[in-house]
Amino acid sequence: MVRTPPSSISSPAPAPAPAPATASRSLAPLVLRPPPRWHRAAELVIRALALSAIAAIVLILFFVAKESLPLFTDSEVRKEVTPSQMWLAQQWPGYDEPDHIWQPVSDVPKYGLWALLVGTLKVTLVSLLFSVPLGVGAALYVSQYAPPRVREVVKPAIELLAGIPSVVLGFFALMVMATFVQDAFGLESRLNAVVSGLALSIAVIPVVFTISEEAFGAVPRSYVEASTALGAARWQTTLRVIVPAASPGIAAAVALGLGRAIGETMIVLMASGNAAILSASLTDSVRTLSATIAAELAEVVFGGAHYTVLFFLGSLLFLTTFVINLLGDWAIHSMKVKLGVAA
Amino acid sequence: MNPFARAFRNRAGDLALATATGAATLLILGILAVILVDVIMNGAPRLSWTFLSSAPTHGMTQGGIFPAIFGTVALVLLMTVAVVPVGVATAIYLNEYASPHGRLTRAVRVAVNNLAGVPSIVFGLFGLGFFVQFVGTGIDRAFMGGQKAFGQPALIWAALTMAVLTMPVVIVVTEEALRSVPRELREASAALGATRFQTVVNVVVPQAAPGILTGTILAVSRGAGEVAPILFVGAAYFLPHLPSHLYDQFMHLGYHVYVLSTQSPDVDATKPLLYATVVVLLTLTFLLNAAAIVVRSRMRRRFAQAAA
Repeated sequence: MVRTPPSSISSPAPAPAPAPATASRSLAPLVLRPPPRWHRAAELVIRALALSAIAAIVLILFFVAKESLPLFTDSEVRKEVTPSQMWLAQQWPGYDEPDHIWQPVSDVPKYGLWALLVGTLKVTLVSLLFSVPLGVGAALYVSQYAPPRVREVVKPAIELLAGIPSVVLGFFALMVMATFVQDAFGLESRLNAVVSGLALSIAVIPVVFTISEEAFGAVPRSYVEASTALGAARWQTTLRVIVPAASPGIAAAVALGLGRAIGETMIVLMASGNAAILSASLTDSVRTLSATIAAELAEVVFGGAHYTVLFFLGSLLFLTTFVINLLGDWAIHSMKVKLGVAA
Repeated sequence: MNPFARAFRNRAGDLALATATGAATLLILGILAVILVDVIMNGAPRLSWTFLSSAPTHGMTQGGIFPAIFGTVALVLLMTVAVVPVGVATAIYLNEYASPHGRLTRAVRVAVNNLAGVPSIVFGLFGLGFFVQFVGTGIDRAFMGGQKAFGQPALIWAALTMAVLTMPVVIVVTEEALRSVPRELREASAALGATRFQTVVNVVVPQAAPGILTGTILAVSRGAGEVAPILFVGAAYFLPHLPSHLYDQFMHLGYHVYVLSTQSPDVDATKPLLYATVVVLLTLTFLLNAAAIVVRSRMRRRFAQAAA
């Protein structure tokens, strides 16, 4: 479909001075009025709006960090909790020895972070354990072996999988997967790191798949042709040429999947059991950073110690995912440079 | 190695690799199928016009989900109004105005990439700290004489928070669409004497319109499904009235699913209703995603033909 040409044609430069009397009359129609002034204004608006992504990132960092600052400065807040109390084991009344405990709503509020950090780590680990092999494997299949018809089914299907809202995955984990996993392994608690990690991996798979598939696709044809010309079979080319060449892309896929897994909230909130237990067991109920914020922020006093600590957890999450995403982007960029396909 | 052994090894190697990776693919498709079948089998029988058009009753164990549908639609409409102009303008700047390797361009791209990776719960914190506390309370102080109206969780703040969250989707998809507009069209426009802005408005944007539509649809789909960002910014468990002001709270399909499945006193009684709500939410997001896929593939085909 071809658009009709713009109806008002005008010169790009501001209108030149009126043509001298000697100039040929036939040129006159070319000297049209300059573009309306609002075009210039509109361009300025476009330029200004283009900065909004930067503004958003800066504002997010600023406002989330701002609300967690009283933890370091406000004496009222520091009476209840200081950063060192969050990281180090504390001697609590009624306990035999110093311990890390997360119990912000009790007579003596306790803000030991380690149970949450280890919980986040466990869930994330389980989810990557499943999503990375599956996502990378499927990407390898789609880019190397799948006939075009299969590819045209698989890619939209995974897009649909990515489109499932995380609250639906959390619901599915809670209603179906939890019972299934409990029966299959005879577990004590229905909701635990395994169930929430498995459910989380469903959300992470599309991330890993999409980025690794793109990475495999970015490997130049000449690499494959050179390998084939040397007599390599397809599987040899795949494993020894394509995978190594795309390895920074796979690393990026893992990194961005990790970022997604750490930050995901609704799935773990619904399927992890939310008990802040500090243990190495994957079958214990766990509480993650994100789920803690989601579950507790609604009931805290504005500006109080608990509120401040939850914003501190948010800052921690933001910074962690920020660094992971930067590393992922850097890996993708360096791969493209290496393969000579950098934009 | 003799040729037969080599041929055999190559066959076996290919077979093994194709089987292993194919199995991974199949497993992923299987997971998708199991989720869909389970949700539809359990949820579809409960769907009815009454369910879609009436409010919950009897402590959420009876009745429908109309207020949640209304709230979700209001949320994504407001969000779309906010995010599309900003996202499209950013994409136009990046693809039509900015120097491709300039510092500002890189900074914007890094910001967009990182914005896409910010955890959704952090958007919730941001919405509370910035929109509700800072902007809302500021408006109350300046225009409402200190009376609390905007300085609390509300539909408008949830929509704006969601707009920030979906901004990268609109930017990335729109930019892809702008990039696929053939260069020749821009050159032809410039040769006719059009300014860059005239070229963008009259030639590039109309050509990229399906792509912009795709980006908008994907953003709406994302915005309709996310729950974490609106937990503290305006979503409510139950409201007797539909929201009528920007500063009212609202009910939301995803939040409804979350609250009913985790905090309901009687899970067995709410379960059928819950499944039906999930079907509605999934149908909504899937229809949007499917529409985006169709629009995009049509556009690609069109440009492929134009290039041929």
